[in-house]
Amino acid sequence: MTHVAAAPAGRRDPYALGHGEGAAAGHGAGGPASKRIIVGYGFWIFLLSDIVMFSALFATYAVLVDRTAGGPSGKDLFDLGSAAAETGFLLASSFICGLASLAAAVRSKRWFYIAMAATCILGLGFLALEIDEFAKFIIEGNGPTRSAFLSAFFTLVGCHGLHVSGGILWLLTMIAQVFAKGFRADIMRRFLCFALFWHALDIIWVGLFTIVYLMGVYV
Amino acid sequence: MLGKLSWEAIPFDQPIPLFAASAVILIALGVLIYVGVKGWLPYLWREWITSVDHKRIGVMYTFLAMIMLLRGSVDAAMMRSQQAVAFHAPGYLPPDHYDQIFSAHGTIMIFFVGMPFVIGLANFVVPLQLGVRDVAFPTLNSVGFWLTATGALLVNLSLIFGEFARTGWLPFPPLSEATYSPGVGVDYYLWSLEISGLGTLVAGINLVTTILKVRAPGMTYMRMTIFCWTVLASNLLIIAAFPVLTATLAMLLLDRYLGFHFFTNEAGGNMMMFMNLIWVWGHPEVYILVLPAFGIYSEVVSTFSGKPLFGYRSMVVATMAICLISFMVWLHHFFTMGAGGDVNAIFGIASSIIAVPTGVKIYNWLFTMYGGRIRYATPMIWSVGFMITFAIGGLTGVLLAVPPADFVLHNSLFLVAHFHNVIIGAVVFGAFAGYTYWFPKAFGFKLHEGLGRLAAIFWIAGFYVTFIPLYIVGLMGMTRRMQHYDVADWRPWVLIAGIGGVLTAIGIGFQVAQLAVSIRRREQLRDDTGDPWDGRSLEWATPSPPPAFNFAVLPNVTGEEPYWGVKQRARERMALSEEPNYEAIEMPRNSPTGFVCAFFATLMGFALIWHIWWLVIAGAVGAYATFVVFAWRDRDEYLIPAETVARIDRANRQARREALNRLRRDQ
Repeated sequence: MTHVAAAPAGRRDPYALGHGEGAAAGHGAGGPASKRIIVGYGFWIFLLSDIVMFSALFATYAVLVDRTAGGPSGKDLFDLGSAAAETGFLLASSFICGLASLAAAVRSKRWFYIAMAATCILGLGFLALEIDEFAKFIIEGNGPTRSAFLSAFFTLVGCHGLHVSGGILWLLTMIAQVFAKGFRADIMRRFLCFALFWHALDIIWVGLFTIVYLMGVYV
Repeated sequence: MLGKLSWEAIPFDQPIPLFAASAVILIALGVLIYVGVKGWLPYLWREWITSVDHKRIGVMYTFLAMIMLLRGSVDAAMMRSQQAVAFHAPGYLPPDHYDQIFSAHGTIMIFFVGMPFVIGLANFVVPLQLGVRDVAFPTLNSVGFWLTATGALLVNLSLIFGEFARTGWLPFPPLSEATYSPGVGVDYYLWSLEISGLGTLVAGINLVTTILKVRAPGMTYMRMTIFCWTVLASNLLIIAAFPVLTATLAMLLLDRYLGFHFFTNEAGGNMMMFMNLIWVWGHPEVYILVLPAFGIYSEVVSTFSGKPLFGYRSMVVATMAICLISFMVWLHHFFTMGAGGDVNAIFGIASSIIAVPTGVKIYNWLFTMYGGRIRYATPMIWSVGFMITFAIGGLTGVLLAVPPADFVLHNSLFLVAHFHNVIIGAVVFGAFAGYTYWFPKAFGFKLHEGLGRLAAIFWIAGFYVTFIPLYIVGLMGMTRRMQHYDVADWRPWVLIAGIGGVLTAIGIGFQVAQLAVSIRRREQLRDDTGDPWDGRSLEWATPSPPPAFNFAVLPNVTGEEPYWGVKQRARERMALSEEPNYEAIEMPRNSPTGFVCAFFATLMGFALIWHIWWLVIAGAVGAYATFVVFAWRDRDEYLIPAETVARIDRANRQARREALNRLRRDQ
């Protein structure tokens, strides 16, 4: 494929709107878009498909939320303090992931590693709280096999948790890649995808926190 | 150590499955040994298995579809013959086995024939029609193909180890729950579709990104071929629908493996939610299959009528309208669920409305033919057969969309006849039209015309003789999936349907013969110019088969039907366009990532089905390691020198010049 050479990051697109790289954004007349645009665009489509998958799980949760089969409901189970702490961890990790993007943009390996490590630790903190919550429910006999409501709860929240776990694996791989290869163009594209992925997990979590936890306790 | 797997999994006591399993093993081993003895393995590995060339991957998808079509057709033949003899009698297939056959038939035909066929053709054609050198993500494309192949392999492994699902092509709970289907059959179904569904999603992301972001200079949306438009619509549907399938099947897996209560009878499970979720995927799936077929007919009808497509813009609007409305009709698959009159009415009306854009398409094809200089080559015979057949299928579809009628016809053979009418009449005929139409582009020689026509005629006749009787017995009250029956009035129609099956089998026989004869006579059937049908879109501007880089120089598109314009200018001036300035071209390097990843996916799938947990972990680690190795490579492209590009392009220009000279002599 012929690619219009991408402009070095930080030039020609001072406000980082992402529309300035290469001569063509691929809207038709200019020929194939740059690799950076193709990769980002394709990954956005993947994220949308992932969100569609979550929408199926959200819909399922909405259908089954009252099917407690005589067991506890969300009101009886959820600890909003813990969920709020999880939210804090995840949103903070996303903010710091943004700082890692900035570090990569100015090619600072040191700050990149520091920011990614902090992102990782906050992500692990989120996971620890979630696992703690799940373990507590299961020990109390309110595991996913207790009722349809709990099946839907564990699947929806657990699927997000699995995404975070996968994200952490990706994050560690990403650190190793930058360590071994530096900020090469293909590594930067991959890191762009990782950052998008990590932020998308926030979007889903905001939905989860609202629909599962807040509405579970207050509605 | 081996989980649930033991010697009892192999059906030593059942002659028919044992025979089928041995046949599959013998054929597979035979092919492997033949390929090994001939010394083709290194070539296959280098040029095909590890290829990231969209054309090679497209060909492999199509090949997979055709192999699986043979398997699915054997299932169909067994069902037709069972029903032909099982009148007041048990027939030769016990219910247990018959149920596996109809489940496997539907699963294979939809997921491993229809899907790879349309995705394969799209993969092969779309970059050529867009005037570019590759798809957006070449290696991911290979991963998608091999994951699809993994799914197909797992379904076929169920012949040898264990059993397949007995729950129909969609595993409706609670029948598919562990309580009522404790065997591995449903697990085979679920894991093979989870894995191949991931492959399909990857293919969808790849094709959508390609069409929206990777086009030749000047190739605006309204200059794209209708095939590209329909592939875009179809793959948008894949992106929006397949994740729902993945989630739904995952919930059923959780029910079966970990005792969750999504769709169970007890603890608050809701089995009708499965119906809603599965059909939210299932109805768009119909259009995922049929829209690219509509695109193929648009190309074929226009080419063989020697005219631009009538109503291009209305065709685009109709395609996108179908894309949208197809998400608003899923409930018509279960009007009898009892959602209430209002809900049923809304979905009934939405379902009928789809007939409007589809009707627009039919009229566009007819008006394209009107006044054209029509050549009835094989692709055109498939297309005309489609138009007539599909009109009937559409009409019975509108009938079924009326809820009161549906209450009578639900789950009858009338329904079975209807969806075969649209899927065979549109998807299968379209796939064969596309196969015949683009075969010379892929391999450099045409398929034998006479045998192709015979195949088309037998298929079309076979379809009518099989399914018109099924419409009739359906109206008489015969339900689907009957292993035996004792209503005398049904018997003659069922027998006629069996004869139809024989006719279709003859059609398939002609197709196999066509391929063999064409390969043998390839020198006579050679296509030198790269434009064997007097085509209109950019794929015909390349040599047949196209070189790895497709276009020596990216075409500069200035209008609709860009290749037709260039060709007309050449014919008027009796000279080719100026020789371009050749430059070296960068192309993606081949990679075994897709194949290795699918190898681990196969291990994982098999291990999950048989509860071999250590192998699951090993497979997951292997798949992850594969991606890491891929991510670590330093060179992902190689350079084709300008001289090579020039040599290939000059050879093609020479052939085209000679064709032009022949034309001058004829005038």
